[in-house]
Amino acid sequence: MVANLQANTNRIKADKVVSSTCPYCGVGCTLQLHVKDDFIFKVTSPFDSPVNQGNLCVKGRFGYDFIYHPKRVTTPLARRYLLEGKPKPKGREQVFAVSKDGKPIPDSQISNDWDWVETDWDTALNLVADNLVRIYKRDGSDAMAVYCCAKATNEDNYLLQKMYRALFRTNNVDHCTRLCHAGSVVALQQAVGSSAMSNTASQVIMNDVFIVTGSNTSENHPIIALQMKEAVQKYGAKCIVIDPRRIDLVDMAEMWLPLKPGTNVPVFSAMAHVIVKENLINHEFIAKRTEGYNEFVESLEKFTPEYAQELSGVPAEDIRKAARLYAGAKNGAIYWGMGISQLSHGTASALALIHLAFLTGHIGRDGTGLNPLRGQNNVQGASDMGSMPFHYPGYMRVDNEENRAKWEKAWNIEAGGLSLKLGLTTTEILSHAHEGGVRSLFIMGENPMMSEPNLNVVREHMQELEFLVAQDIFINESGAFADVFLPATPFAEKDGTFSNTDRRVQRVRTAHPPRGLSRPDWQIICDLALRIESRLGVDTAHWTYANPEEILREMGSVNSDYAGITYERIEKVGLIYPVPSLDHPGTPTLFKDDFPRGKGKFHVLDYVPIREEPDDEYPFILTTGRLLEHWHGGTMTRNSALNEAYPEARVEIHPADAEIHGIRNGDPVKVSSRRGEIVVRATVTEKTSIGVVFLPWHFAEAAANLLTNDALDPQAKIPEFKACAVQVFPAREKDLAHPDVVVNRGRY
Amino acid sequence: MAGINLTIDNKEVTAGEGKTLLEVARENGGNVPVICYHDATTANALCRVCVVEVEGMRVLQPACIVKAAEGMKVQTKSEKVVRSRKTILEMLDSTMDLSEADEIQHMMKDYAVQENRFPDAERRESEVKDDNPMYVRDYSKCLLCWRCVQVCAEDAQYTYAINFEGRGYETQIGTFFDKIIPETSCVLCGQCVGVCPTGALKPKRQFLLEQGVSPNEISVMNTGRKKRKERK
Repeated sequence: MVANLQANTNRIKADKVVSSTCPYCGVGCTLQLHVKDDFIFKVTSPFDSPVNQGNLCVKGRFGYDFIYHPKRVTTPLARRYLLEGKPKPKGREQVFAVSKDGKPIPDSQISNDWDWVETDWDTALNLVADNLVRIYKRDGSDAMAVYCCAKATNEDNYLLQKMYRALFRTNNVDHCTRLCHAGSVVALQQAVGSSAMSNTASQVIMNDVFIVTGSNTSENHPIIALQMKEAVQKYGAKCIVIDPRRIDLVDMAEMWLPLKPGTNVPVFSAMAHVIVKENLINHEFIAKRTEGYNEFVESLEKFTPEYAQELSGVPAEDIRKAARLYAGAKNGAIYWGMGISQLSHGTASALALIHLAFLTGHIGRDGTGLNPLRGQNNVQGASDMGSMPFHYPGYMRVDNEENRAKWEKAWNIEAGGLSLKLGLTTTEILSHAHEGGVRSLFIMGENPMMSEPNLNVVREHMQELEFLVAQDIFINESGAFADVFLPATPFAEKDGTFSNTDRRVQRVRTAHPPRGLSRPDWQIICDLALRIESRLGVDTAHWTYANPEEILREMGSVNSDYAGITYERIEKVGLIYPVPSLDHPGTPTLFKDDFPRGKGKFHVLDYVPIREEPDDEYPFILTTGRLLEHWHGGTMTRNSALNEAYPEARVEIHPADAEIHGIRNGDPVKVSSRRGEIVVRATVTEKTSIGVVFLPWHFAEAAANLLTNDALDPQAKIPEFKACAVQVFPAREKDLAHPDVVVNRGRY
Repeated sequence: MAGINLTIDNKEVTAGEGKTLLEVARENGGNVPVICYHDATTANALCRVCVVEVEGMRVLQPACIVKAAEGMKVQTKSEKVVRSRKTILEMLDSTMDLSEADEIQHMMKDYAVQENRFPDAERRESEVKDDNPMYVRDYSKCLLCWRCVQVCAEDAQYTYAINFEGRGYETQIGTFFDKIIPETSCVLCGQCVGVCPTGALKPKRQFLLEQGVSPNEISVMNTGRKKRKERK
């Protein structure tokens, strides 16, 4: 007898289903968290979600299990020396129990003063307040610095920058946007006066031609890639991929222009050259909405397609074809990623792209636009919240007295109290970590020991810090250097908002209570700020909020982009800012009538080669990037089943290069640059070009950023992650960090 | 406004150009049951539970793909229609595990399905396939609605990792060359899990919890099947 009419008795039924927003990439997919006994056992997505139409990627659908990982820290921790009132032990090598030459230090030589000791919140927060105030009183504002967090909520970020600006009077506030899209942000600020995607990602189906460049969209913004594929397959759009790697999107692209890393400016400028020479320009748009055209055209003279071919390896004829295709489109759009910005000329790269939109007028209408695909779930929001050294929330310059007065009023600060001095950027904060420079650092959720270039030097800077606080969910590679660890909660244990890559502000909701003693970031910051204020003996800047919405309202009262956003209005569907008033419906397409700076500005550009060209000794260009299964420094994904789906770093090398060096697929190889070396397995594949090798940077045991070059873009201060010179030689199995771990995947 | 005039269950209605009978019925408050149909996938008329009777047409018509036409007379709950739906449900019930297909169970009640109508039917049994860290596949519960294949292909993901394999009664969803999931083009997005109506595809975590594994045990275990091939 069949028992189909009786339900399976083992079946789990959710106690509740909580709607929230994905904590991984900037797409901002809607998640429904199915919770049973305070444990999320399933994630689904509603098919009517305007962002992702029910589709998710592996991270969003399955990658939430880090919440329950046994390594998660849910009790405040302090180093023994702090709790016992001893002086700080000298040197921080002991933290890793590894000496400078990389050899383990015997246990007998390690001081137990560095032990982590579990403690209570009062003790931990008092230690942090005491030490930060001590350093501030001794060395002043310039000794204080903070990393905000592009994974945390808008509310968390707003409060943390407020704490440092209002209490320590410093603008040394930054976050990882410096390491991903700073080049694009600066270029867009210079050219149009704004710094976000001009259109929404779902408008890609309205394009008839679109350029994807410097973005492996299928792996880094998987849901936007689906929309791109749909645009091509179902709506007849034509896609032009300009990228050194043969990424998945090439399969359905009309054209692929495989340029040598770092030759963006000549390739895009040559496209501009063709557009101008063949009179494919939009005369009306250029006359009405841009300035600097004539000078710009003069500067294009030398950027012939042949010149670009010589530098980039892309056939001149393909450059011509691509230029004609884009210029001839009814609705053309450009989507770009870090392959544009992460260069020592990242700002120029992005400007060269922006020029293409100016010349053709493919901006300011639905289905066109300039669209930098933002990396993190809330990197847009963290930037909007003023987690940056030059801007208050709403991109209000800190060196402007009017702006300063507005925030002084909002924060109950005496007139002239806030600093007008531009702060240090992420990269500069660490390089200023020395006597007389930055002495203390507060890190919320970031992991500079994975994400900064040239990690061997970063390590020395971290060791120079006098006092380091880590507020996170795991002790990651950077938290290992901390003096106090404050256990925060992940996205599923707090309320707030994230702003996604296309400026949509969406709710994050509590699915279950914080585990252990951990607390939501915003509560930790408020508690700490009050303790700091009492030690400083100053008027309060207001730190008592009944809920996160009050925080957002305080911010929106000064930052008009968010003025019309309330939790009630975004209960079901997020709003796309600018939302200047409570009855404003949001702004999916920017720049319809004009640009924030008035006219779009053309810039004269020159070709600047990458800082470290390959040579006989280091013959390959290394370019770095991300994998579908992993997320940045790996704090979340390496503590998840995602790590089982892709457990090791592999270096991609072209078959022609592999043959010369006697490297077979799967062989261990040593990849070294002038700054460091790692051993990984090789993947021999035509996905990469001849002379170029690719490494993902998620893996601490083979950290790609040991090799990368810390040369900076002069304007954006973004490091050159995308190109440095390396050598690749066969290595031995036993040199691998985990010889028994082998990735075996058939995906792209 | 010009429209297409037809009757549904003797009620005169107007339909927009290109609308299917299912859409028109839903717009007019009708309740046509569906199994393989999903709003997010291309209608494929596989399960035939949405059939309706159209006057002048020899056989019952699947409402999910047949377009409304001028003058059509459609019955969505005639005796013939009800008997057909009931039979389809009874055949499904006899051959597969519907224990986690909530909507189909409701339908079976609505249509007063006779349990064990086909006692000699050979049941489609299959071992649970557990070959990746993210989801399990239990094809004993699969009714071949094809939604998973569709979202893996043009309806969402363009990954083409799975398809029908075998013929006739032996038909099953499978991977090419019967590879384990991680070695196919699968990107583990789980779009297929999201549209599965019967619990044949299920997140690994949910599966383990139902097997009685505690949340704490799940959190420390390596959920990926240990299958590291010997190299070279």
